[in-house]
Amino acid sequence: MIWLFVLLWPLLGIKPEGLEVATTFSVWWRIAIGCASILVIYQLNSVGAFNFITKPVGEAVGGAKKATSTLPFAVWAFAILAFAVAYPHLFGRYAQDVAINCMIYICLGLGLNVVVGLAGMLDLGYIAFYGLGAYTYALLSVHYKLAFWICLPISAGVAGLGACIIGYCSMRMRGDYLAIVTLGFAEIVRMVLNNWMSLTNGPNGITGIKAPGMYWPDFANGMTLEHLWLKKLSLIYYVILALVIFTIIAVYRLNHSRIGRAWEAIREDETAAEVMGIPTFYMKLLGYCTGACFGGMAGAFYAARMRFVSPESFTFLESAMVLSMVVLGGMGSIPGVILGALALIALPEIFRDFELYRMLVFGGVMTLMMLFRPQGLLPPKRRMKAEKD
Amino acid sequence: MSEPILELRDVHAGYGSIKALKGISIKVMEGEIVSIIGANGAGKSTTLMTICNIVKATAGDIYYKGGCINKVASDSLPSMGLCQVPEGRRIFPRLTIEENLDMGAFFRNDNEIADDMERVFAMFPILRERRRQAGGTLSGGEQQMLAIGRALMSRPKVLLLDEPSLGLAPLIVKQIFDIISEINKLGTTIILVEQNAKVALSMAHRGYVLETGNVVMEDEAKKLLDNPDIQKAYLGE
Ligand SMILES: Nc1ncnc2c1ncn2[C@@H]1O[C@H](COP(=O)(O)OP(=O)(O)OP(=O)(O)O)[C@@H](O)[C@H]1O
Ligand SMILES: [Mg+2]
Repeated sequence: MIWLFVLLWPLLGIKPEGLEVATTFSVWWRIAIGCASILVIYQLNSVGAFNFITKPVGEAVGGAKKATSTLPFAVWAFAILAFAVAYPHLFGRYAQDVAINCMIYICLGLGLNVVVGLAGMLDLGYIAFYGLGAYTYALLSVHYKLAFWICLPISAGVAGLGACIIGYCSMRMRGDYLAIVTLGFAEIVRMVLNNWMSLTNGPNGITGIKAPGMYWPDFANGMTLEHLWLKKLSLIYYVILALVIFTIIAVYRLNHSRIGRAWEAIREDETAAEVMGIPTFYMKLLGYCTGACFGGMAGAFYAARMRFVSPESFTFLESAMVLSMVVLGGMGSIPGVILGALALIALPEIFRDFELYRMLVFGGVMTLMMLFRPQGLLPPKRRMKAEKD
Repeated sequence: MSEPILELRDVHAGYGSIKALKGISIKVMEGEIVSIIGANGAGKSTTLMTICNIVKATAGDIYYKGGCINKVASDSLPSMGLCQVPEGRRIFPRLTIEENLDMGAFFRNDNEIADDMERVFAMFPILRERRRQAGGTLSGGEQQMLAIGRALMSRPKVLLLDEPSLGLAPLIVKQIFDIISEINKLGTTIILVEQNAKVALSMAHRGYVLETGNVVMEDEAKKLLDNPDIQKAYLGE
């Protein structure tokens, strides 16, 4: 613990203007006090000094849990859905913007969850499929003026095709090797996007992408259908909300199908699965492509929402971010991944003032999580139940 | 005599530069229990893994029902009726027992899977009690039952069993071997790899003795049991 602080002090002081130790001292001091007090509280708690508080609180939490568990799942889903639908009317532009961002990452997280959480393949280049989807829509929209809704499945398909090609070559590998291959693939995709000037306009990116359009009954002119560009933020919000719901349902169905179980079996013991007659190669390829399709869809939406794409948005850091969400939330668990995405996208927005320390806190939280709750915030429920009874 | 259902002809296999099998020939007739015994590292597990094409044969041929299966992918063998219960059980620990069993029937699409599951439950009643429990929470013996049950779900014609008695108490071993006999009587051919040579040979029809990748002896199981060399080397007498 002490060496952390010894290191922290000079690190905080490194600024573009050179070392600036004095001003960061106050910040360092605050962090130190915070950590020390947490440590003291933790110690006291472990010897039982707070029993008089924690006991009633624990009982109350237990009671609340019982109350919530008696409410059927449908009520919960409905309440959350109602809140999600009402959201743009309740909050301003900025909050909507954050929510849209969050939901893009939820889509990505759920897609990657199929690959990492279910099929157990460590994919460090997932963002490549996001990029493929985004550029597919961008190019089709700018050059061929194709509508968003047509391009959405095409983008998913292109990402899936990319995954098939890379997967076909690398699915025979296991574990760490696969991780390196996917990492390399993502870099290749980014480099191509960056350097193929004639097609992608290189680092300058592509502008002039159309927003999603929709036919809307126009009552003023009688009952004609009028074409409407969904440029307003709240309308865009509903598009991604629909995408998220679609993704959740699709992933849920996969999760509870025989295919989902086969993925899990492969994750647990690939050789045993093979001897049992599960076609491991094709199942893994299928998992990889399915995950990529969700990534491609999220990418197409991203392009439509920003109306601009550039290779910068598809760096390794983004892959790592999505992977962190899946790990933080709990591998293989849909609510977990959603929570992970909310935690990693929404919380930094709330604590915008401390932007400087974001990565620091991020690293710290991940380390603590792995130490104290390696299964994630909300691990898959089915297993929990299975272990209890 | 009729055709063997499974036959290995001078099979060589290994791991990289390590030669684990140096020309193994084994014949298995339909309806038999054939036991393969040998010391640690003799190549017994490698033999089974080579039959299943997890380990590739570098020379020699493997025939199943008269056809060569050297090039058949591991995961399409169970649908042909050839299924292995690998050494160390290797169930799927985080799937429930029902799901584990269902995975054994993954390639099947018919509507008799539920019936077969009932049959497995009738054979191993303890599994029915725990059907919604995660496989990893079972005891060693129960996991072995699950592994055998999972293989039965593929309706095997030939069942390869790799050390089913590994780490089990004598009483459970007897129970498992009784069930293996019963499976055999219902018409499944069985290849049984065992350290526990006495029990294995006393229930088998024929036996093979492996030593550092070679078959050093093959005979009827009873004769092997009475053979003084075998008694000294493998039966501890
Ligand atoms: N994955 C592997 N990589 C390299 N060598 C291996 C591997 N598996 C087995 N071997 C070697 O192959 C030889 C045969 O091993 P095998 O597992 O077939 O023995 P076994 O007869 O099943 O022994 P046991 O009774 O201990 O299970 C051994 O010398 C072993 O060291
Ligand atoms: Mg062995």
